[in-house]
Amino acid sequence: MRKSMLSNPALVVKDLSVNFRDNHSTIHALENISFNVQAREFVCFLGPSGSGKTTLLRVIANLIQPTSGAVEFTFDHQPKIGMVFQQPNLMAWRSVLENIKLPLELENVDKDIANQKANELIQLVGLKGFENSLPRDLSGGMAQRVGIARALIHDPDLLLLDEPFASLDAITRERMWMELSNICQAKQKTVVMVTHSINESLFLADRVLVLTQRPGKIKLDVEVNLPRPRQEEMRYTNQFGELAKKLRSAIE
Amino acid sequence: MKTSLSRLLTLLSILLFIPLWELIVRVSDLPKFILPSPLDVWTRFIKALNDGSLLFHTSITFVEVLLGLLAGTLFATIVGYMLAKSRTLEKILSPYLVASQAIPIVAIAPLLVIWLGDGILSKVVICALIVFFPVLVNTIVGVRAVSIPLYDLMNSLRATRLQILFKLEIPASLPVLLGGLRIGATLSVIGAIVGELVDAEQGLGFLLQLGDFQYDTSMVFVAVFMLIALALILYGMVTLLERKFIK
Ligand SMILES: Nc1ncnc2c1ncn2[C@@H]1O[C@H](COP(=O)(O)OP(=O)(O)O)[C@@H](O)[C@H]1O
Ligand SMILES: [Mg+2]
Repeated sequence: MRKSMLSNPALVVKDLSVNFRDNHSTIHALENISFNVQAREFVCFLGPSGSGKTTLLRVIANLIQPTSGAVEFTFDHQPKIGMVFQQPNLMAWRSVLENIKLPLELENVDKDIANQKANELIQLVGLKGFENSLPRDLSGGMAQRVGIARALIHDPDLLLLDEPFASLDAITRERMWMELSNICQAKQKTVVMVTHSINESLFLADRVLVLTQRPGKIKLDVEVNLPRPRQEEMRYTNQFGELAKKLRSAIE
Repeated sequence: MKTSLSRLLTLLSILLFIPLWELIVRVSDLPKFILPSPLDVWTRFIKALNDGSLLFHTSITFVEVLLGLLAGTLFATIVGYMLAKSRTLEKILSPYLVASQAIPIVAIAPLLVIWLGDGILSKVVICALIVFFPVLVNTIVGVRAVSIPLYDLMNSLRATRLQILFKLEIPASLPVLLGGLRIGATLSVIGAIVGELVDAEQGLGFLLQLGDFQYDTSMVFVAVFMLIALALILYGMVTLLERKFIK
């Protein structure tokens, strides 16, 4: 089990605050957020909607600048980021295969290698036979899986997942939990995921941080000491129940 | 089933056009220089084809239309892209752009011919001007409609400006852009004729005017049909582009 105290942080977030101004008022989306993420750690932020989860990921991905505070990476290079969005966010004019290959295209990776990697991932996320389909012909769940494959293909240093399974039906969702869990184990990924599902966070994460309603502050930071690989049945264990209870009471 | 039926109807309406025309000629009994019969026009067409004049004048107009369309589209997409990206620039330029649309092209065509001569150049510029606005508007609409989350995706992957342009903005706005090109293509034909009618020694507009002066009404009809053919060809080219690029 990885412990955050044993320090080899991949990501250090210090005193992060984000305010949005519209015409009259200022929205405090995040306030004084500080945390570390260890290399190969799966960290999950749990919070109600509007608690600034998406904003936090956007700051980490350097899509917006924080009002104050800093995000620091300890990689020896600019970290590559794989992001899965709340919506599938696919390019409507590209086929499944072409959507998945996009990150490699941007890195000018050789076509044959890109095709091979994309086909492996298509297999992994269960989209075999849909390589040439267009996004408009996919169900919501399938489209989201394309988004997940796309986030993995360039072997990113950091995976950022924004409620990636919220739009899936329960059965697909739990299958995707298993798959994501396996992928992250196998590929030793560093992951920051946000969600509002307690089950999801406990199923996947090494550590869960609870965000409060606006402005988002860290209210709780717990290790998830459940054995891996995590199984369906662990949900009925005492340990799981205790953790779930702790998280639920923290969310209000 | 449905498409083949509608195709049949289109074909039928075209086929019915000629007998109907012939019928009107016979019933009205108008002189040939006012309303020539289909056969008169066909004979004139063959004659102009054989002496080479038709192909010559048509190709001149075609070149003007095509060059004007290309220049107008190129210019409009570049300016449109910049306007779509900068609200400030849009605020500065939009009064001029809107005002320019209030001036009918017919009114400035003579000026352009005076300034640029009665050759091809003045016509190309007139075509380009008439094409400019619809393509500009469509470019702005198209680029502004590119989904913001897709920009987030590209930026999270640290795409360069050029990659964002070629892999996101152009393909995303292409359907709207080609819609503008479709309108522009037809307008460009009108632009060339307006220019040629002002003053020209060659082109279908010149042929049209010549036929008019010489009471060679069959020739006027031939020129008009050639214009229709030109517009259809351009329209077809845009449709081909759409087929090729839009899934
Ligand atoms: N670009 C923005 N401009 C203004 N307000 C924003 C913007 N992005 C997010 N917000 C506001 O910040 C708060 C947190 O939003 P968000 O990070 O999307 O929360 P969550 O993902 O947890 O639902 C919300 O109140 C939202 O309205
Ligand atoms: Mg969100």
